[in-house]
Amino acid sequence: MKASLSWIEQYVPVEMNISDLAEALTMAGLEVDSVENRYAWLDTVVVGRVISVEPHPNADKLQCCEVDVGGGTILPIVCGAPNVAKDQLCPVALPGTVFPEGHTIKKGKIRGQVSKGMICSAVELHLGTDKSGIMVLDSTYDGKAVTIGESLPKACGMSDYMIEIDLTPNRSDCLSIIGIAREIAAIQNKKIKYPDFSKGISSPYETSGETSGEKGEISKMASVTIEAPDHCGRYAARLLDSISVKESPFWLQDRLMSVGLRPINNIVDITNFVMMETGQPLHGFDFDQLADKKIIVKTAGEGEKFTTLDNKERTLSSDMLMICDGKGPVGIAGVMGGLNSEIEDTTTRVLIESACFDPISIRRTAKRLGLGTDASHRFERGVDPLGTVNAVNRAASLMAQIAGGRIVDGLIDEHPVKPVIKPIALSLEKTHRLLGITPDAEEIADMLEAIEFRVRIEDELMVTVTAPSYRVDVERPEDLMEEVARLYGYDHIPTTDPMQPLRACQLPKLRVIRDKIRDIMRGMGFCEAINYSFISENACDQLRMAENDPRRSLLHILNPLTEDQGVMRTSLIPGLLGNMGHNLAQQVKNLKFFETGKIFIGRGQDEQPEEKEILSCLWTGARQPLSWHSKEIFCDFYDLKGSLEGLLAALGIDGLELKEIPDSACDMTKPGAGAIIFVNDVETGKIGEAHPDVLKAFDLKQAAFIFEIDLDLLIPMVPDEIEAVPVPRFPAIDRDATLIVEKKIPVAKILDAVTNMKEPLVADVFLFDVYEGEAIEADKKSVSFRITYRSLEKTLKDKAITKLHQRITKKVIDTFDAGLPA
Amino acid sequence: MEKTIDQIRDDALSEIEAAATPDDINALSVRYLGRKGAITRYLRNISGLPADQRPEAGQKANQTKKLLEGLFDERLEALAGRTDSDSRIDVSLPGRAQAPGMLHPVTRISREICEIFAGLGFDIAEGPEVELDFYNFEALNIPKNHPARDMQDTFYVSDNIVLRTHTSPIQIRTMEKQKPPVRVVAPGKVYRCDSDLTHTPMFHQIEGLLVDKNISFGDLKGILTTVVHRIFDEKTSLRFRPSFFPFTEPSAEVDILCVICRGKGCRVCSHTGWLEILGSGMVDPAVFDNVEYDKDKYTGFAFGMGMERIAMLKYGIDDIRKFFENDYRFLRQF
Repeated sequence: MKASLSWIEQYVPVEMNISDLAEALTMAGLEVDSVENRYAWLDTVVVGRVISVEPHPNADKLQCCEVDVGGGTILPIVCGAPNVAKDQLCPVALPGTVFPEGHTIKKGKIRGQVSKGMICSAVELHLGTDKSGIMVLDSTYDGKAVTIGESLPKACGMSDYMIEIDLTPNRSDCLSIIGIAREIAAIQNKKIKYPDFSKGISSPYETSGETSGEKGEISKMASVTIEAPDHCGRYAARLLDSISVKESPFWLQDRLMSVGLRPINNIVDITNFVMMETGQPLHGFDFDQLADKKIIVKTAGEGEKFTTLDNKERTLSSDMLMICDGKGPVGIAGVMGGLNSEIEDTTTRVLIESACFDPISIRRTAKRLGLGTDASHRFERGVDPLGTVNAVNRAASLMAQIAGGRIVDGLIDEHPVKPVIKPIALSLEKTHRLLGITPDAEEIADMLEAIEFRVRIEDELMVTVTAPSYRVDVERPEDLMEEVARLYGYDHIPTTDPMQPLRACQLPKLRVIRDKIRDIMRGMGFCEAINYSFISENACDQLRMAENDPRRSLLHILNPLTEDQGVMRTSLIPGLLGNMGHNLAQQVKNLKFFETGKIFIGRGQDEQPEEKEILSCLWTGARQPLSWHSKEIFCDFYDLKGSLEGLLAALGIDGLELKEIPDSACDMTKPGAGAIIFVNDVETGKIGEAHPDVLKAFDLKQAAFIFEIDLDLLIPMVPDEIEAVPVPRFPAIDRDATLIVEKKIPVAKILDAVTNMKEPLVADVFLFDVYEGEAIEADKKSVSFRITYRSLEKTLKDKAITKLHQRITKKVIDTFDAGLPA
Repeated sequence: MEKTIDQIRDDALSEIEAAATPDDINALSVRYLGRKGAITRYLRNISGLPADQRPEAGQKANQTKKLLEGLFDERLEALAGRTDSDSRIDVSLPGRAQAPGMLHPVTRISREICEIFAGLGFDIAEGPEVELDFYNFEALNIPKNHPARDMQDTFYVSDNIVLRTHTSPIQIRTMEKQKPPVRVVAPGKVYRCDSDLTHTPMFHQIEGLLVDKNISFGDLKGILTTVVHRIFDEKTSLRFRPSFFPFTEPSAEVDILCVICRGKGCRVCSHTGWLEILGSGMVDPAVFDNVEYDKDKYTGFAFGMGMERIAMLKYGIDDIRKFFENDYRFLRQF
C-alpha cells in the first residue's frame, strides 16, 4: 500500500518528521518498507533567469537562449517553447537530470547549436498539465524571494513523501489513505477530519445502513437486481448525466501519481481517487451502453467468454460473479469492468457502482483468471460494509464538480444482506492472562476509543466492545486483546519467564543418530552437502534406474520454478554428482562429500509420498594428494568401502556384507565394480564406482565412487545399549596360514568359513595378504590370513594350538579345494 | 704381550669418557663385551694362566665386566636425549595429511539453536516435508481462498498436497498426539517458490510452540529474548512489533538490533538499524479448536525463524544461494 504524506495531511496534520512517522507506523503494525521523497529527482532542476533569446540559425521553431543558473554560470540552451522570453524565471534541468520516464539530460548540440540543459514545461516536470510552453516561475514563493540557482523543490517549498507500507492481510481498513490517516491520528491522539462525502448532493442518504431499494428520479431510469445475494450483499449506484470526459485537473492527477497510479480521464481518475481515499472500489459504466438500463448481479454461464477492459478475452466459470445488463455481462464483479461498457471520450452519462462483494468469491475468481487488480485486492480482504454509500456519494460529488455532470436525483441501494456488527464481550481476566499486563477497564476503554471502537464498561472484569464497521478483522475477544496489546505497545509489556515444571527434553532417535552419522562422516574427512530436494525428471534415466525401480515413482511439482526442479528427488546421488561437476569446474578435484536427507517415493499425486531418510556419499580424486611423503594416489573402491565399514563400526553395527551386483543388474555402478550393501542380511543400499554412462550424463570426466544407504533401515540396527565384556586375562597365540585358491572365490567366503566353524578358541581371523601374479597360476591367488587363538580361562598350550590350527586349515583347504604354497 | 685387565679397564674408561653418542657407546660395548670383545677374549684366555693366578684374574675380569656393563647402561641413558646429525628431522615439513571434513553451516546453526532450546526443556520433533494442505494451512487457521495464503508462495503437488511452506504443521501434529503442557521445536526444510539474493526455493526453518496454563505474551518475550541472546550475545536488543499471522493472535515480528552496525544503519539492515529475524505470537484459539485443546484453560505461544538468515548474519554471508551450491571452497570454511 502506497500513501503520500501530503494526501494523508488532508485528513490529519502529521506532527512528526517523516522518519519518526515511519517508525511509529511500523511499531503500530503497519510496517513501512520504504520512504521516498517524491521530488528528489528534481534536485538538479534549478531556478534560472533567461538573459537573452535569439532565433536558432537552422530551425524556425527553436530559439537559442542564454540562461543564468547562478554561481556565475551562464548556460547556452536551445528551447522550442513559444513563450520563452528575456528576464523570465524558469526551471532548468541541468545535464545529468534523470526524468521519471527514464531519459537523462545531456550536453549536446541541437541542429548545430550547443545546448547544456533544458528549460522545462510543467508537464515535463510532472508539476502540472500545461504543455503549451515553459513553466514561468514567480519571483517569490510564499512570501520568500526565489534565488537563481536554487533547486526547484527548495525554491518553491515542495515537499512530499511516498510511504510504502507492507500491509498484513488482516488490515484491509488501511488499504486507503483515510485508513492510514486514522492510524496516524490514533498515534498522535488526535481526531481525523473526514471529507464531506456528499458535498453538493441534495439527497445523500448518508445513514444508508438502514436504507434499501431505489429512491428518487434514478429509480425511474435504472434498476439493480441482485440474483446472487450470497456473493453480493450490497449494491449501490448513482447516475450522472451531461458529463464531459476529459483530462483530470492537475491536483487529481498528482494525487494518483503520488501513490503510483496512472491518470486516465476524469471519470476513471475519480473512481480510482475515491478507492484510494476510502478503500471502496468503484466502477463507472457508460450508462448509454447498458442494455435495458438495468444491472443484474448474477453468476456467469460455464465457459462463457467475456472481454475485460484490458482487451483480453476471458473464459468464465459458473461460480464467477458477473455484473450484467439486460443482454449479458458488462463486468467481472469486483475484479475488472468490461470493454463493452468502458468510459470513452464520448460518454455523457455514467452509472457509478459501489458494492460489497463476498471476499471468497472475488478471490476465487481473481485467482482463477490470474487477474489481480486494486479492486479485487481490497474485496478479497474485506471492505467497510457501511462505506458503500459514502463512496458512491463522494464519487458523484466529485464528478459533478470536475466533469461538469448533473447528479440524477436519488440513489439505488440494493441491500439484501445487512452487515451484523456484534458487540464483543471482553474479559479483563483473560486479557491480563494472555498479555501479561493488567490495564483496568477504564484504561482499556480509553485505548480502544482512541481508534473509534465503542466501549461499555460492564463491571471491573468485563467490557463490551463494538468495533467500527471498517475493522472487518475484529470479530472475537482475541482480536480485541491484540488491539489492546498493540495500543499498549509491545515494547512496554514486561518480559517474563514461563512457570513450568522442569522436564528433560525428548529427542527422536532418528535425529540423534543422524547427527552422530554426520559427526562420524566429518571425522573421516567428508564434507557435508545440502542440495535442493527437487531434481530433474530425467535424473532416473541419468542414474540408469531399472524400469521397475520404485524410485521411478516420482512426485511432480505442479508449479516448479524450473524444469530441472520439477520432481521430488528419489536419490541423493544426482545432487552430489552435480556438486562434483560444480567443483571440478572450479578446479577443485579432490572431493569427499556426504549428504543426509529425505527421498520421496511417490504414491500418486493425491497422496503423501513415502519419505525415506538416506545417506549418500561420493569420493573422487586423490585419496593421498601429492606431497613430499608420497606421490598422488587416487581413491578407489576400497577407500569408500573402508569409510562405510568405519561408519558402521562407529555406530556399533556388525554384519556388513557386500554382494557383487551381476553385470546385467548394474544401474548407477560400473559393472564389476559395484555391490549391494547388506547389513545383518537386510539390503540397505548400493556402493561402487559410478557407471561411465552416469558420469557422462552429468558431464564428468573423473572416476567417482559412491554409496547410498537407507537410514530408515540402518538406524534401528544401532544398539541402544552397550554391554561390556571382560578384557581377556590370558595371552593369545597367533598362527598364520597361506592358501592358493581359485581367483574367483571371494576372500570373505574363506574367512567366513573359519568363523563359521565356531571354534571356541578362535578369537579373530584377519586377512593380511592377497597376491596374484608371478609364481602363481594365472587363475589362482594366494590368500594369507592370521588366526588369533585365545581362551578366557587359561594360557593356551603351543602343541594343542598347532593341532587345532592344522585342523582348521585342512578344513578350509578341503572346502575350497585349495593348495599350499610351493 | 696381552694387556692386563687393569689396562683394558683404563682404556675402556677413557674411551667411554670420550664417547659422544649412543652409537659410540654401542660400538664400545661390542668392542669390550661382544663375542670378540677385549674382556670376553681376556676371560677366554684365563684358562691359560697358572692355576694359582686364575681365581684372582677371573674375579677381577668379572668385576671389570660388571663395571663396564653398568657404565655403558649409565652412559646410554645419559646420551638417550641426544642424537647425531644424520637422524635429525626437519620439523617444519608438513605432516601426513588427515584433512578433516566439515559440517554444512546450516547444520551447525541448526544444532546450535536446537541445543539452546533443548537446554530450555523443549522437545525436538520432525515431520513430513510433503504435507497435506490441512496441516500446512487449514488447521493453522489459513482456509482456502484466504488472502493469508498469498503470504507464502506455495509449491503444489495437488489440490490437497503441498511442499510444506513452514514447519508449523508439526505444531498441529504434535498437539494432536500430546495433551498440554507442550514444549517443542521443529527444525527442518521448507519450500517456497521464490529465488533471488535473499530467497531460495528450499530453506530451513525452526519453529517452536509452548502451551500450558497461564502462558502470556510476556513469557513469549522472555523465551525469545533468552534464545536471541544465546544465539548472538547479550548486547543484542530485541524489538517486538505488531504483525499478522493467521495462527497467532496477537502476532509479533521480532527485530534485533543490527549485529553488523549495532543500530547505526548499514547495508545489511537497509539503514534501519534493525533486522527482522523472527515471527511469533500467541496461539490463536481457532488453532486450539482444531486440535481439541480447551482454549479457556490453555494459552501458548509459537514462533519461527529461518536458519539461513541466522547463518548469514553470524557468518557474514551475503547470498543465500551459496548454501546450496556446495562449493568446497565455501563449505571448508565451516
